[in-house]
Amino acid sequence: MLTINQLHATITETETPIIKGLDLTLEPGKIHAIMGPNGSGKSTLSKLIAGDEQYTVTSGDIQLNGQSILEWDATQRALMGIFLAFQYPIEIPGVPNDEFLRMAYNAKQKHQGLEPMDPLVFQDHLQNVCQQLSIPESFLERELNVGFSGGEKKRNELLQLAVLKPAVAILDETDSGLDIDALKHVATGIRSLRQPTNTFLLITHYQRLLTYVEPDYVHIMMDGRIVETGDKSLAMALDKSGYDGFVSAR
Amino acid sequence: MLFPDHDKTVETLVEKDYEFGFRSNIDSEKFPKGLNESIIRRISAKKNEPEFMLNFRLKAFAHWQKMAEPHWAAFDYPAIDYNDLHYYASPKSLANKPKSLDEIDPELKRTFDRLGIPLIEQKQLAGVAVDAVFDSVSVATTYKEKLKKHGVIFCSMSEAIIEYPDLIQQYLGSVVPFTDNFFACLNAAVFTDGSFVWIPKGVQCPMDLSTYFRINEENTGQFERTLIICEDQASVSYLEGCTAPKFDSNQLHAAVVELVALEGATIQYSTVQNWYPGDKKTGKGGIYNFVTKRGKCLGRQSKISWTQIETGSAITWKYPSCLLIGDESVGEFYSVALTNHHQRADTGTKMVHIGKNTRSTIISKGISAGSSHNTYRGLVKANKSAHGARNYTQCDSMLIGDTSVANTIPYITTTNKHTVIEHEASTSKVGEDQLFYLMSRGISLDDALATIVSGFCQDVFQKLPDEFALEANQLLSIQLEHSVG
Ligand SMILES: Nc1ncnc2c1ncn2[C@@H]1O[C@H](COP(=O)(O)OP(=O)(O)O)[C@@H](O)[C@H]1O
Ligand SMILES: [Mg+2]
Repeated sequence: MLTINQLHATITETETPIIKGLDLTLEPGKIHAIMGPNGSGKSTLSKLIAGDEQYTVTSGDIQLNGQSILEWDATQRALMGIFLAFQYPIEIPGVPNDEFLRMAYNAKQKHQGLEPMDPLVFQDHLQNVCQQLSIPESFLERELNVGFSGGEKKRNELLQLAVLKPAVAILDETDSGLDIDALKHVATGIRSLRQPTNTFLLITHYQRLLTYVEPDYVHIMMDGRIVETGDKSLAMALDKSGYDGFVSAR
Repeated sequence: MLFPDHDKTVETLVEKDYEFGFRSNIDSEKFPKGLNESIIRRISAKKNEPEFMLNFRLKAFAHWQKMAEPHWAAFDYPAIDYNDLHYYASPKSLANKPKSLDEIDPELKRTFDRLGIPLIEQKQLAGVAVDAVFDSVSVATTYKEKLKKHGVIFCSMSEAIIEYPDLIQQYLGSVVPFTDNFFACLNAAVFTDGSFVWIPKGVQCPMDLSTYFRINEENTGQFERTLIICEDQASVSYLEGCTAPKFDSNQLHAAVVELVALEGATIQYSTVQNWYPGDKKTGKGGIYNFVTKRGKCLGRQSKISWTQIETGSAITWKYPSCLLIGDESVGEFYSVALTNHHQRADTGTKMVHIGKNTRSTIISKGISAGSSHNTYRGLVKANKSAHGARNYTQCDSMLIGDTSVANTIPYITTTNKHTVIEHEASTSKVGEDQLFYLMSRGISLDDALATIVSGFCQDVFQKLPDEFALEANQLLSIQLEHSVG
C-alpha cells in the first residue's frame, strides 16, 4: 500500500542526513510497528511521509498505491489518505476542536466530490465517535489542543484519526504518556478502526501497547534505516535485551 | 486532475485582486483643485449652509493654516500637496437631491449593488438602515421614515445642518474640536458630508444603522463627518464600511467621528475598513487614511464601544478613543488590524478616565504579513478625579513571514493612586509547525493560515455584530491569500 524505497532524507535547513537508505512496505489490513532507540529518525520518517517541508528527500521514493507522493504537499497527502498522529501535537489557539474537525472532514468530502456534511449531523457523528473512543465530549468545544495535558493531546489525535478514517495511519508514540486506562482505550480504538483496506504504522518504545494491539510486523529502526523486520516475537525479544543488547547480538 | 483545488502552487503569487477596485463611470461635478477660503465658501454655499456653519469652517481653516502635518507615526509617506486635490466631487445626478430612493441614478444604484449595498429597502439586510456616501455626498438614506416613527433621526450630515441646526451647534466639534489635530482641523474646514444620528431619551434604536463610504473620483479627498448622539438610557449599534477603486495615485481620506453618550446610554460603533491598500508589488496608490474618532461618555453609566476590523488603506492613522467623564462609565476598544504587502498601520486607542469608577477594556490584535508594518499605539490615562478607575489592556501581535514588522507602544499615565491598570502584550509568529499540523489534516495552506489568524482574532470577532462577523472573517482570508509559502 505504502512503499518506501531506498529513502535518503536530510534536515532541509542544515542538510544533515537523518534517513539513510530506508526500505519499508506497509500492507493493507496489517498493523506494523516500528521500534527503535531515541534519535534513530522515527519521527522524522513519519513527518516525511506526511509531507513536512522541514525535511528534504535527497533520493529514493515513497509511493502510495504505486504513485509517488513526493511532489504532493501535506494537504494533498492527507486528502489521499495519509494521516499522522503526532508525537507532539501543536496547539492552535482560538480554533474550536469541533470546527476544526468539521473543516478537515469537509475538505476530504470535497476532495471526493461529496457534499459537506450538515453541521448538526456532523455534531451527532462527533458525539458518537467520542463515545466509541471513551473520549469526553467536552474535548469538542475546547480550543484545538490548547491546555490539553500530554495524554489528552494524544487522545485528541486518535479522535481526529477516527473522524478522518485514513487509509494509512501513522501513530508516533501515541502510547507515550498515557495512563493504563487511556492506553487501553487507544488500543481498543485502533482495533476498531482496523479494516482490510487500511494500514497502521505504530511507532512505539514499549512492548506495552503491542500486547493490546497485536502487530503483524515489527520493524527495528536504527540510525535512519530499518535494520530488521519480524513478527511480534521480535518486539518481545527487544523488550528483554534492550537496543544495546540487540545491537551486540547482531 | 487529482487535486482540482491545488492547481495554484504556493510559489506563484497569483494573488486575488482587490475586489472593489472598479471605478464607476458617473458624470460628476468637481470643484477645481486647490484649498483656499473661496473653495470653502463654495462648499458651504453648495450645501446651502446656515452662516454658523460657514463660520465654523472658516475658523477651522484659519487655524489649520497655522498647523503642521504630524509625522510622529511609525511610518513615512511623501508630503501631501493639499493644493493638488479636489475638495468636492458629486455625481451630477444628485444636483437636485432625489426625493426618493426610486429617483436615484441607476448607475449609482448599480455601483452600490456591486458593493453589496443595495439601495432598495426590501433587498437589504433585514434590520440595517444605510446611509450611502459617494465621494463628497450622501446618495441616499434608507429606512428614514420607519426610524422617525421611533423618534430616531438618521440622515446625512448636510441635511442635519439644515434641519437640526440646534443639535448641530450644540454637538458638532464638542468631542473633537477643530483645534484637536491637523487632519481633524482640515476636516472641519472642508468636510462635505457624512451621517448624523440622534436617539432620543429611552429609545433603543430598532435597527442597526450604517454608513457606507465609497470613493470613486481620482485625486479627490474624502472628508466626511459623523456625529452620533444618544440621550439618556438610549442605545444604538452603528456599522461603518468603506471601499475605493484602484488608482496609482494616493487618495486622502480624513474623517472625523464624534459620539456622545448621555446618562445610561450605549453606543456600539463597528467598522470594517477595506479601503484600497495600494499595489501589492510596488505599493503604489492606495488610501491615506487619517481618521479621528472619539466618543464622550458624558453621562453616568454610559458606555461607548469601538470595534474595528482594519484591513485596507496604504496608510492607517487612527485611534478611536473614549473620554470617560460620567461616573461608572465604560469604554471599550476591540480591534483587529491586518496589514499585508506594503501597508503601514499605526493604530490604537486612547482611554481617558475622568469620572469615578470608570472602566475600560482594550483588546487589540495586530497581524502583519508581507513587508508591512503594523503598530499598536495606545494611551491609558487616569486623571486625579478618576478614583477607582480600572483598565485592562491586551495587545497581541502576530507575524506572518520574515519581512513584516509589528510594534506595540503603550502609554500609561495615572495621577490617582486608586486605579488599577493592567497591560498584557504578546507577539507570536505563525509557525510552520502550526500550518503543517492543519495541512496534515487535509486543510489547504490558505485555509490553514486563515484558520490560525481567525483563531487569533476570536476575542474580537465575538464582539462584532452578527452581520459583520462573517464578513470580517472572509475579508481576512482574502487579504491573506498566498501570504505564506
Ligand atoms: N528539525 C530538526 N532540526 C534539528 N535536528 C533534528 C530535527 N529533526 C530531527 N532532528 C534530529 O534528527 C534525529 C532524529 O530525530 P527523530 O526523528 O525525532 O528521532 P526519534 O523520533 O527516533 O526519536 C535526532 O538526532 C534529532 O535531534
Ligand atoms: Mg520521535
